[in-house]
Amino acid sequence: MKEMTVEARGENVRVLTDWADAELERLECPLKAQMQIDLAIDEIFTNIASYAYAPGTGSATVTMDYDAESGMFSLTFCDSGVPYNPLQKEDPDVNLPAEERSIGGLGIFLVKKTMDDMRYEYRDGQNILTLMKKIS
Amino acid sequence: MTITKKENGKALEIALEGRLDTMTAPELENELHTSLENADSLVLDFAKLNYISSAGLRVLLSAHKIMSGKGGMKVTNVNEIVREVFDVTGFSDILTIE
Repeated sequence: MKEMTVEARGENVRVLTDWADAELERLECPLKAQMQIDLAIDEIFTNIASYAYAPGTGSATVTMDYDAESGMFSLTFCDSGVPYNPLQKEDPDVNLPAEERSIGGLGIFLVKKTMDDMRYEYRDGQNILTLMKKIS
Repeated sequence: MTITKKENGKALEIALEGRLDTMTAPELENELHTSLENADSLVLDFAKLNYISSAGLRVLLSAHKIMSGKGGMKVTNVNEIVREVFDVTGFSDILTIE
């Protein structure tokens, strides 16, 4: 298991994706799954950076783990910001024409669609969101 | 992300290379903000684009709205990952993808 704590600021998305990419390359993760995981990091961490501590600042701790037996890669985001369960967010209507589209909620929706599983809990004053993706 | 712009009269072609995500979407937004004023049509070449996040989709949607009042917008050479993002978000039905 590997862990990294960064300040919850938008520009740290790149720090986290570089860190995850190095690990995913070591695990010989297929490129498509790697890109989907990078995308998930972008969406989830950007949400934390934008909303968790607003208008103040704070940090987020990300852990990644790989279970060789099941081929499951997991990423857990912890922050101690305002309680927020992204899994409760209603899915956007993806059948609306362009003129009626609002773009909110698409990020989380994309993550739901591309990961194999997502879990959320609020424990000890922390939002704990785990994403699971089968990579082998 | 690298943005390469080709103008042929009022036909604008923009090729993107790298990742269109939260960090880079504002670069494309700025580019389009200045370039679209004089363009009648827009082609976005995604041959070298690795992936697109919701921030990128937001920019595409607003460009699509601007261009639908003119000669339209086309997205070309979409890879499998970007295609899947378009499919699950319903953008495949909104955008002209070739």
